[in-house]
Amino acid sequence: MTSQLALTIILNGLTLAALYFIVASGFSLIFGLMRTVNMAHGSLYMVGAYVGYALWEPLYDADAWYAWYAGVAMGMAAAAIVGVAMQRVLLGWMQGQELRQALVTIGLSIIIADQILAYYGGNPRQFFAPDAIFGSSNVPGVGRYPTFRLFQIGVAVVVGIGLWLLLNRTKVGLMIRAGVDDRDMLSACGVDVPKINIIVFALGAALAGLGGVIGATAQPLAQGVDGRFLLISLVVVIVGGMGSITGTAIGAILVGLAEQIGQALFPTYSVILTFVIMVVVLALRPQGIMGRLR
Amino acid sequence: MSAWLRTPVGMASAATLALLLLLPAILPELMPQNQARFWLANIFGRAIIYGIIAMSLIFLATYGGLVSLAQMSLAGVAGYVVAITIDGAAPSIVGGLSYATAIPLGIAAATLAALFVGLVSVRTRDIYLLMITLALAMGFFRFVETNLAWFNGYEGIRNVLGPSVFGLPFRDPHVLYYVSLTVAVLLYAGVLYLVRSPFGLVLQGIRDNPRRVAALGYNVALHRIAAFGVAGFIAGCGGVLATIYNIGISPGSIGLGATVNVLIMSVIGGLGHPIGAFIGSLIFAFFDTFAASIYDRNRFNTLIGIVFLVIVLLSPDGVIGLAKRVGALMRRD
Amino acid sequence: MSLRLSRRSALKGAGALALTAAATGAIKAPAIAQNTPIRLGSVTTLEGPFATGGQDAYRTMEMLLQAENFTIGGRRIEWTRESSNAQADVALARARKLIEQDNVDIIVGPLSGAEGIALKDYSATLTGKTIVNGSSGASDTTLRNPSRNFFRFNTDGTQWMAGLGNYVRRTLNVSEVTVVAGDYAFPYAQVFGFSLEYCRAGGKVNYLWSPLGTTDFASQIAQIPRTSGALVVVHGGTDGLAFMTQYAQAGGNLPIIGGSIMADQTMLSARGPHRRLMVGMVASGPMADVIDDPNWTDFVARYKRMPNAFPSPSIHAVNYATNLTGVIRALKEVNGDLSNNQAAFQRALAAQKFKAPTGADVSLDHNRQAISDIFLTKIEERGGTPMTVAFERARQVNQTLGTPEPAFLALGAPSRNNTGCIAAS
Repeated sequence: MTSQLALTIILNGLTLAALYFIVASGFSLIFGLMRTVNMAHGSLYMVGAYVGYALWEPLYDADAWYAWYAGVAMGMAAAAIVGVAMQRVLLGWMQGQELRQALVTIGLSIIIADQILAYYGGNPRQFFAPDAIFGSSNVPGVGRYPTFRLFQIGVAVVVGIGLWLLLNRTKVGLMIRAGVDDRDMLSACGVDVPKINIIVFALGAALAGLGGVIGATAQPLAQGVDGRFLLISLVVVIVGGMGSITGTAIGAILVGLAEQIGQALFPTYSVILTFVIMVVVLALRPQGIMGRLR
Repeated sequence: MSAWLRTPVGMASAATLALLLLLPAILPELMPQNQARFWLANIFGRAIIYGIIAMSLIFLATYGGLVSLAQMSLAGVAGYVVAITIDGAAPSIVGGLSYATAIPLGIAAATLAALFVGLVSVRTRDIYLLMITLALAMGFFRFVETNLAWFNGYEGIRNVLGPSVFGLPFRDPHVLYYVSLTVAVLLYAGVLYLVRSPFGLVLQGIRDNPRRVAALGYNVALHRIAAFGVAGFIAGCGGVLATIYNIGISPGSIGLGATVNVLIMSVIGGLGHPIGAFIGSLIFAFFDTFAASIYDRNRFNTLIGIVFLVIVLLSPDGVIGLAKRVGALMRRD
Repeated sequence: MSLRLSRRSALKGAGALALTAAATGAIKAPAIAQNTPIRLGSVTTLEGPFATGGQDAYRTMEMLLQAENFTIGGRRIEWTRESSNAQADVALARARKLIEQDNVDIIVGPLSGAEGIALKDYSATLTGKTIVNGSSGASDTTLRNPSRNFFRFNTDGTQWMAGLGNYVRRTLNVSEVTVVAGDYAFPYAQVFGFSLEYCRAGGKVNYLWSPLGTTDFASQIAQIPRTSGALVVVHGGTDGLAFMTQYAQAGGNLPIIGGSIMADQTMLSARGPHRRLMVGMVASGPMADVIDDPNWTDFVARYKRMPNAFPSPSIHAVNYATNLTGVIRALKEVNGDLSNNQAAFQRALAAQKFKAPTGADVSLDHNRQAISDIFLTKIEERGGTPMTVAFERARQVNQTLGTPEPAFLALGAPSRNNTGCIAAS
């Protein structure tokens, strides 16, 4: 294998990891604070992507330069709204019943997937990014490389830094971190915990929606992506450690690299490489690489 | 035993069993001959077979507090081992074995795989376990779907016709029904016996308070892994029957949809008692078959999703819980 | 024993016979048969990624049955539709329900390969019932272990590639190609058909396989050998769209040769950078959007009048229509008579010779598999929309691509390790 090919594959792995990080960080965030395993996280990805597409398509046809950015905003908003509705109507009042919450979100994901099929049909679709980030750029050592994939890394870095700043430099972040450690104490201190929950859920869902639009620009959007990205989120946070943003980043990089390297070296068995990593991590560190034992 | 038979539960169980035994004679009285055969094999037979798989989930969840989403995959392990080794399957991967050898081999493989799942997830619990078992199940599914040498990939392995039982072909609805019923009754009785045994009591102790059980000197990890092994054995039995029922197995049989369906059956029936598995799978088989007539077939998933959601919201212990509460209300009046 | 019958017992006997005949539908009693409907069942995929194709299939089925006014030989056609999710188990459950619960006489379906093989196996266990394929295209459904109750009037995945290998090697004069294909049975069959011709004509092939459901092809695209003169893409649906988009984004510009479901309307109607590469793409298959044939023009005109129809029928719509046409014609020939375990009907089915909606002549071989025409197509922009235009027709392609059946079977089942690439000696 030439060094150019090797570098290309590693870069592919990292750009894919960036997408996985964006999606899984929302999942990890929600879990970290609320202990809610949102099995409908993939559905939020899909809602964001499809609703964003519905706004993007007419704008793109009208040659509006902001079409894609509007799609991103719309996707994030739609996912956040659905997420908040889920938390308010169904999950909020069963806080603490983790298994029941997981079952409720499974039920929701079945219904959401079927309703999206009913509204949008089974045809695959795809976003086109604005010209500025669409073509290909020269990357030293690799050659021409799709600009959008590089852009993905940029978004992931922004999301990562943004989350870090939010959690470590703001009052809301302080409350969230306090809530992770001791919810009851936080509540006793007079903090409106349900409100914090809703903020976190909105943020986590919006990240799923952002991932949805970005993912649907890099890869086609079709039925079944919900299950795929739920599974990726699960594996990433199991490997990286629940509720840790750094862990999520590490998990995403491991999974992204494993997928691309596996596909290049042994395509037939590439799919299980990811799961081998998961089993090894679980055997050595059941709480995940950066996870804390509770 | 005779004392148990006089309790309300005992009487209800005996009556249900009698009804199930007589079902092949009752159905033709209620509907035309060919429909009776259909109901026997494809509503009741199918419900019993998938009920066995759901029972393995309920056994773990109810008595071990372990909600495992790997049960359909474990059933698939057994099914695939049978399909791979049996003589006459198409395509023939290994072949050459008779059902008398292949079936125990398949069940043993499922049990071993279950012990592995238990081992991998032994230090995690509750919601983590749900996630890990789902990830493992999907990993196995993706592997099977893409592996040709052993699993024939996406197409799967067909033509697993089943053995003949007392000279009768397995494909006969009566044979299918009675064999499934016998297996289900034996496993059901086995589960009820096991949970009253010292092993079962320790398991329930671990569910409620693992630290205390550990302090009493029991090996918590070992008990949990063993519980997975038992559940794997049950799921394996169901998997063999399901594979023969479906005349073969393909990745779709163990995919995300199939995995979630087993969870749906268990939750609808009720995580709380093994009988819930069979009630849930009967309800599921009925809806799945007649959705086209009672509701828009295209939107079956919305229908079953709503039923599932309503059950989780209103009665977390499923239809049995609902029945119990209604019963309690009636008695109060 | 006395042979003398009393009048009374004779009457009783006759009455009982009539009752039995009435109850069972028909025992050589056309007068009674005409009162009971012909029960037609169908299975297609209305859930998941293939849902659009399934809906289109039912659209054309409805169109053809409407044209018959839902009546053949004086018997009403009662149509029960079922839907699977492209999984073999589910298709089997639906077929069982149709046959055993709804008591249908004939099933048309299913849509995908694994389902087709499952229903073929199931049909072998039935007596007096017929399953006619919908759109599934796996070779083994009819080639190996065929079932006497299973008929297929559409050509299979290997047949669809007839003529393409020779065209690429001889007319386009490309001496080396890279095949990128899905790692499962349908692409195997297609790649086999292509390689068989192309290698025989002296071409060299590199193969890159990827599992079904792959969404990120970036690393595979990086591995395409630079010596390739063209890219043969044998992916379906979402995988195909993903590959083509990413290949276009990576700046790829090799000429594209397509598998048969690459040039489908679902692929062309999706917008994207892949369109730039797809205009001019040569492919082969059982149909095209534009075929210069009066049969096809008429069919498309009728199709367009159906509610929610696409600009042009999909491959699934055409296959279901071809198969249902066979059923309707055979039913007409026997005047709706399905008695005697459908013996006359099945004989009529097997002997059908007719023009498919595309204008291709269809007949069945001894395995009840279609022998028909395959079109070479090119994608052209017409009125701003890309569509496939048939420019050549390979006539009367059989399931073994003209190779004698024993020799063809000896090549073995198509797979990743058996690509059909055997250089001419």
